[in-house]
Amino acid sequence: MVAVLIKIFGTENIELAEDVVQDALVSALETWKYRGMPDNPRAWLYRTARNKAIDIIRRKKHSKTIDFSDPERKLLTSEYTLASTMNDFWKEQHIQDDFLAMMYACCHPDISQENQITFILKSLCGFSTKEVAKSFLTTEDTISKRLYRTKEYFRKHKIRPSIPFPKEIGTRTSVVLSAIYLMFNEGYNSTHDDQLIRKDLISQAMWLCKSLLDSERTQLPEVYALMALMCFHAARIDSRITEEGALILLADQDRSIWNTELIALGSKYLNQAAFGDTLTTYHLEAAIAYQHCTASSYDATNWKEILRYYDLLLKIDNDPIVFLNRCLVLLELNGPEEALFMIQEIKDHKILNKYYLYHAILGEIHERLIQPDEAIKSYKLAIELTQSKSEKKLLSRKIAHILN
Amino acid sequence: MKQFMFLFKGGDDVWDAKSTEEQSAHMEKWMQWIGQMAEQEKYVGGERLYPTVKTIHPGGKKITDRSFAEAKELVGGYITVLAETMEEATEMAKECPGLQWESSVEVREVWPDEA
Repeated sequence: MVAVLIKIFGTENIELAEDVVQDALVSALETWKYRGMPDNPRAWLYRTARNKAIDIIRRKKHSKTIDFSDPERKLLTSEYTLASTMNDFWKEQHIQDDFLAMMYACCHPDISQENQITFILKSLCGFSTKEVAKSFLTTEDTISKRLYRTKEYFRKHKIRPSIPFPKEIGTRTSVVLSAIYLMFNEGYNSTHDDQLIRKDLISQAMWLCKSLLDSERTQLPEVYALMALMCFHAARIDSRITEEGALILLADQDRSIWNTELIALGSKYLNQAAFGDTLTTYHLEAAIAYQHCTASSYDATNWKEILRYYDLLLKIDNDPIVFLNRCLVLLELNGPEEALFMIQEIKDHKILNKYYLYHAILGEIHERLIQPDEAIKSYKLAIELTQSKSEKKLLSRKIAHILN
Repeated sequence: MKQFMFLFKGGDDVWDAKSTEEQSAHMEKWMQWIGQMAEQEKYVGGERLYPTVKTIHPGGKKITDRSFAEAKELVGGYITVLAETMEEATEMAKECPGLQWESSVEVREVWPDEA
């Protein structure tokens, strides 16, 4: 909805677009409270936002806020054409195109990648500043500053949302994909206090990726790879938490409830991802997820193959979090001594020190080495660093397990 | 390019007699018409007018609630367009959807700004 409104008002008027959405939501809550929810709440919201947009156009017609000299906006200036032009903006096909176009606008090459993703998550995916902050392992204050800078950039350069030309589409799409992947991760491992898995975010990320695949212009190997990766992860969602919302680790998951349809779909996408000579981190991560999904039990997991994929991953991108996960594979393959030896290499890493998984994994290693004091110390640190209740619970269970 | 103004007159009764759906379908045609001119960068702008009228008569003392004109002469709105000649502007005006709903279109050249 914001994307459509930004198209109407121009990227320099993002606040205006956000205000309209906010207003529409407030009216919805007020009206629905008394009259009940309408049959089609989405259509109701769109109609309300559309009408509010018309009001704003009428009010701002003679101010300089909105650039009406833009050919797309010219027809908004006269009552003869305002309503019909406005309806045009809200057609289903346009809504989806605008959404993609806006994602690409956010991924403008002159905006830093961090700012790009921050902005997509915040203004197009409805993330709260707090959620974006967790995704980036940083503070809300930093995120607010990034948002401000991006808005300023849009305003100054009057960036217009559009789907890029073929020669740029590769580099531009990679940023869009990182955003989708981050969104998916947030859904898979949510920062929301009570909900460990947020299916809304997961389905939104998958829908976005799917809409890239639906458009011929953006059917790239890495898009298929990411889609495959998300299918494999999503297939395991229901086995990851108990009915009470507690986390279940991979080793203890009931593999019979994994979604075979999604696994098959993922395999199909992974095959499609294989055309061309592109090998991205998404390809490798999907391959790893594929190994997990097709192993009949935890013990039957092909750790050797997975380790090979991790080595390739580190060659593409020396990412400390990938390194951390590789330590986990080593723990399974070669035992805790080697894992501890490897993890020491990154013990002074500033960002990792604030990452709860680092401490959780360290705790696991110490636990297997039968060093209960160190294990408990690490688990406690991890508990402090995560906001998720389920993860806190899981970690507390581990501590309790050691103490018994 | 010269500027021309299209004055739309009459048709209010027909408009009032139509259903909301018919009205918005009709406005869709207006948008296509004006949209086409806008695409060719020939559309300058315009406004639609309410039919309520107060006329101040010469001398400025007498005011009446209706215009002199008959209902069908009542100006309902205007748009300004760009065209090379009066003939071209007239051809453009012939496409006006209002003509189907008993409006007439008066084409007038706008006095140019002093250079």
